[in-house]
Amino acid sequence: MTIWDTNFAISIIPILLEGFWLTIQITFFSFLISLVVGLLVAIIRFLKIPVVSLIFDFYVSFLRGTPLLVQAYVAYFVLPQIGLTFDALPTGIVVLGLNYSAYTAEVYRAGIEQLPKGQWEASRALSLPPMRTWVRIVVPQAVRPIIPVLGNYLIMMFKDSAILSSITIIELMGTALQIGSNFYRYLEPITIAGLLYLIISFPCSLLIRRLEQRFVPTH
Amino acid sequence: MSPHTDILKTLNPKVSDRDVEISFTGVSKTWGENHVLRGLDFDVRAGEKVSIIGPSGSGKTTILRILMTLETPDVGVVTVGGDVLWDAKPGVKNKETKQTIATRRKVGMVFQQFNLFPHMTVLENVIEAPIHVLGISKADAMERAVDLLELVGLQEHMKHTPPELSGGQQQRVAIARALAMRPQVMLFDEPTSALDPELIGEVLNVIRRLATTTNMTMLMVTHEMRFAQEISDRVVMFDKGVVVEQGPPEQLFKNPQQERTQRFLKAVNPY
Repeated sequence: MTIWDTNFAISIIPILLEGFWLTIQITFFSFLISLVVGLLVAIIRFLKIPVVSLIFDFYVSFLRGTPLLVQAYVAYFVLPQIGLTFDALPTGIVVLGLNYSAYTAEVYRAGIEQLPKGQWEASRALSLPPMRTWVRIVVPQAVRPIIPVLGNYLIMMFKDSAILSSITIIELMGTALQIGSNFYRYLEPITIAGLLYLIISFPCSLLIRRLEQRFVPTH
Repeated sequence: MSPHTDILKTLNPKVSDRDVEISFTGVSKTWGENHVLRGLDFDVRAGEKVSIIGPSGSGKTTILRILMTLETPDVGVVTVGGDVLWDAKPGVKNKETKQTIATRRKVGMVFQQFNLFPHMTVLENVIEAPIHVLGISKADAMERAVDLLELVGLQEHMKHTPPELSGGQQQRVAIARALAMRPQVMLFDEPTSALDPELIGEVLNVIRRLATTTNMTMLMVTHEMRFAQEISDRVVMFDKGVVVEQGPPEQLFKNPQQERTQRFLKAVNPY
């Protein structure tokens, strides 16, 4: 038995690419969730609404303080026992998105807090309603300097999506593991999977480094 | 006739039925142990131009910030144009009411640090609030913004963003932005203190123009004594949360009655 079987490696590429495509889709939708939920959580915590803000403080601590794998297991294997059953794919996308929302919330918070006080005061002096102030004045200025950090989280999320293979989702990692157990050959599928992750994450990290140089705060 | 006469006319509030524009009655404000305002009673007539002078930390900026609702008084009543802005009771947490928000619209403010929105163009800075607060159509807001920017001499910079402008230019945009809301009362909080010396004149020229050709009520905190003397109807000397002395500029600057005022004027202008 050879260590590396090139014919076998080539034969499994199409099916690995299918898993790869699912990984990209999962990352896209999970990232969308983490961007939207993270922003809302950051704003609610910033507003210091009694009780509600505390609940979201706990939300962030809980999601950051427990492993993504545990959260995925709870959502997929434990929730059905109390009558909440969802398909693996949507469960995985939501778990990954909410997990990262705890991190993006912290990043947004940094962006919001670094906004000079004068921007709030000018908005007030012009009687801009709170909603308009957030949408037009605060969020655009808060997001700009944190775009590189959010980009880094996107790459981390892309790689962390592999954890979802443990709740039966056949994304890139799940596909590689399945090929491995079917053919008793793990080297080729795992190697190719690793390379496919690298093909995306490496150029992305270079791009983010360039963004970091561009998005310096304008104040 | 000046080409800006039309836009300047639109800045005139209807003042006939209002005598007192701003009134502070028994207003106090404390920061921890520091009494910023101590039972302040202070009125400004409609159309009056008042300069507030005094040492740093004397509470003079707090007067403007309470009028702009950036600070809440601990106790006391503040009215603008006859409407209650604050009615603060002792011992409770005083919050702004609908009345506060409605009355605040009569007031505009120019800040020491300009506080323009750096991610928006000059034109967008000026039209944002008129469109989204006053409900003016975009076309009308733009037309008026162009006139106002012409008034402050910046029509050529409409498409630029604030970071591309000098400090003096930024402050003139800030003045145009405040004027776009048609305030009855304009507050100037040390409008030239953050500027390089050679840029102060262009900002003072704009303020002078407003002071001499409109009947807006203007309240200015400043360290520019000569300018205060030139444009003010009244100068108020403020220290440790109280009015030390006030009067027409000639009297206050040439013949101050209080020892504290004499000492302050000597210190800021020793020659």
